Amino acid sequence: MSFLRKSVHLLGAVARRQQPLKVIRGAIPTAARDFSSEPPSDYANFPGAKAPFVSELKLIHPEDYAPIPIYRVMDSDGYIADESQDPQLSREVVEKMFRDMVLLNTMDKILYESQRQGRISFYMTNFGEEASHIGSAAALEMRDLIYGQYREAGVLVWRGFRIDQFIDQCYGNVDDLGRGKQMPVHYGSRELNFVTISSPLSTQMPQAVGAAYAMKLRPDNDACVVCYFGEGAASEGDAHAAFNFAATLGCPVILFCRNNGFAISTPSYEQYRGDGIAGRGPMGYGIATIRVDGTDVFAVYNAMKMAREYTLRENKPVVFEALAYRVGHHSTSDDSTAYRPAEEIEVWNSVEHPISKLKRYMVHKGWFDETEETEFIKDVRKKVLKQISVSEKKLKPNWREMFEDVYAEMPDHLIKQQEELEQHIQAHREHYPLKNFKQ
Amino acid sequence: MLRSRLIQAASSAQRAFSTSQKALAAKQMTVRDALNSALDEELARDDRVFILGEEVAQYDGAYKVSRGLWKKYGDKRVIDTPITEMGFAGIAVGAAMAGLRPVCEFMTWNFSMQAIDHIINSAAKTFYMSAGAVNVPIVFRGPNGAASGVAAQHSQCFAAWYAHCPGLKVISPYDSEDARGLLKAAIRDPDPVVFLENELVYGTAFPVADNVADKDFVVPIGKAKIMRPGKDITLVAHSKAVETSLLAAAELAKKGIEAEVINLRSIRPLDTATIFASVRKTHHLVTVENGWPQHGVGAEICARIMEDQTFFELDAPVWRCAGVDVPMPYAKTLELHALPRVQDVVEATLKVLGGKVGKAVAAAK
Repeated sequence: MSFLRKSVHLLGAVARRQQPLKVIRGAIPTAARDFSSEPPSDYANFPGAKAPFVSELKLIHPEDYAPIPIYRVMDSDGYIADESQDPQLSREVVEKMFRDMVLLNTMDKILYESQRQGRISFYMTNFGEEASHIGSAAALEMRDLIYGQYREAGVLVWRGFRIDQFIDQCYGNVDDLGRGKQMPVHYGSRELNFVTISSPLSTQMPQAVGAAYAMKLRPDNDACVVCYFGEGAASEGDAHAAFNFAATLGCPVILFCRNNGFAISTPSYEQYRGDGIAGRGPMGYGIATIRVDGTDVFAVYNAMKMAREYTLRENKPVVFEALAYRVGHHSTSDDSTAYRPAEEIEVWNSVEHPISKLKRYMVHKGWFDETEETEFIKDVRKKVLKQISVSEKKLKPNWREMFEDVYAEMPDHLIKQQEELEQHIQAHREHYPLKNFKQ
Repeated sequence: MLRSRLIQAASSAQRAFSTSQKALAAKQMTVRDALNSALDEELARDDRVFILGEEVAQYDGAYKVSRGLWKKYGDKRVIDTPITEMGFAGIAVGAAMAGLRPVCEFMTWNFSMQAIDHIINSAAKTFYMSAGAVNVPIVFRGPNGAASGVAAQHSQCFAAWYAHCPGLKVISPYDSEDARGLLKAAIRDPDPVVFLENELVYGTAFPVADNVADKDFVVPIGKAKIMRPGKDITLVAHSKAVETSLLAAAELAKKGIEAEVINLRSIRPLDTATIFASVRKTHHLVTVENGWPQHGVGAEICARIMEDQTFFELDAPVWRCAGVDVPMPYAKTLELHALPRVQDVVEATLKVLGGKVGKAVAAAK
């Protein structure tokens, strides 16, 4: 174990030495890209670009640029490589991080099964990405607005969305905040500043930028927007629009890419050819960028703190790429062993799993108790299972609500249809399961 | 590149068109000024309102609808964006979700196809999907329908497209009173509104009553306007087809036929009460629109009448005058014939009143 730690440490050092940070900096002459300062006098002064003239004829190749390095704090064994990077979180906070990750993981397993049993129509798990959810959410303030894609339940867990709220949503019952109007896992909470999930991929991205623009206009704004999306979603045109508008409008938004390696079955090497999503940030769109190990909760936390501080100070966006591995299937409509080896999944589900890493860290700290963890998992399982049976039995929302919230004021034709349905149901009560609906 | 060509064509069309307008009324207002003043006043009235789109700021808008507003309200209220319809439509939706009231200009509605997902799947449905937690008060506006000499990809009416979707309100103003009163109402409305203007009338000066210039002049959304009363036949139209119908009514008057002309103003919600009341009086109906016939506004009106007792008031089948069922041709003569002309409406009326529709259909078979 110690050998492994040492070698990883060494590798880290080598990587750091080889990190051609200078090359990257050289490639991005920040002064020249900033319109508030004068470019060097020998630069050409075209409106479209400020750059030096050269007489050497050559193509610039992707290989000419070193990849953007991956920031990490903790290795696979839970050791912190550079003590200066330890966020020094209290035992209480680390325990909340760990328990929230475990809760999410446990709840996912049961709700996934509940879909398999035909109890709900659809589900998406968060396996393998728990650290990027919890690490990022922990570094934010509650007033920061979240636009999720659909695989960000951990952010809600951190913010205090309760087990009954998750399960009531999946079962679309009378206590579902969405009143049974949206698919399972399409959570939303005004109280927790989490915008209702929208199914069409990447539409949340320009919307998040628009919301950030609205925030920027508020006097003494001290909140930002965080927009989560996958590396597959980044191929949509909306992603381009979001990046470009965030940069040109100067919006306090963190564009958080959860690069988990797969878009349903499409691996990232078929999704793009450049240096991930981070690679598009500085050169492509002129956006400050950071890339982190998304299985390392502390790396995500530190980077998110920095990103938040920057985006609010500068009113400029940040591209944030968290690299991880989607351990679960894409959704309940997918079996991922058809396109990737089970052994590969197993590595990411054990040694490289974000929960295992944090657990090892806590073991070193003497903050971990095996029996306590087992009890906690048992307790969560019990709560989730109990809640499922409660949520299943709860009444469905009043059927009249089907006509509500199409417009702020219900239009005449919907009022009429609602009345007709009322009369129809009144006349044929015996044929309808009215007892299952709230009256 | 097509866009600049479009603007040139439009401005020449406007010059040609404005000569045909009556200039007798005491007070005149162009549709462009009506829209511009509505925007100006709503920007002043509510600091959550802002305008975004391509060329809307420094350039004053491709059709000069936002003229002078950037100078007056600055970069934060009138925003030029990069050329990405899905981008700024999405930005507008997000800003509306976060509490602002964006007015999102599409240079023409033709380009809104690139952003339709944000209009339909996000703006129209979010209020419902969030069970009333998140509303999207937003106005998507711009010129709609056939322009002049800009062919298939720049000449089509989107009224039927957007009116299909619950959650949206769809407005199609005709004259300056409509444009001013309805745009102000749209900006103040809590729901997402699709506002379909017509560039051919931007430069047209319409007579307006004194109260139209009032700061609080608004026209209620969802109410049609009877432009000309009559007892023999009802002509229902929206946008520029209202003008075609009014000219047809004038022709018909020479023949002793009194046509009632209804300006729909609002496509969704559709003011069926006004249409039904008129049909109960005239017992005859012709619908006039510049969009295509299939699943069009006229088709919807026919269906609504058949679902209502008003159906039994009809003395003859309804006739639809609509755009010809082809993409808009470029050639001037073909373009002219691809849209309902005054004489088409006159002929349709005579046929409906003459009870010859049934025979004509039988003959065609």
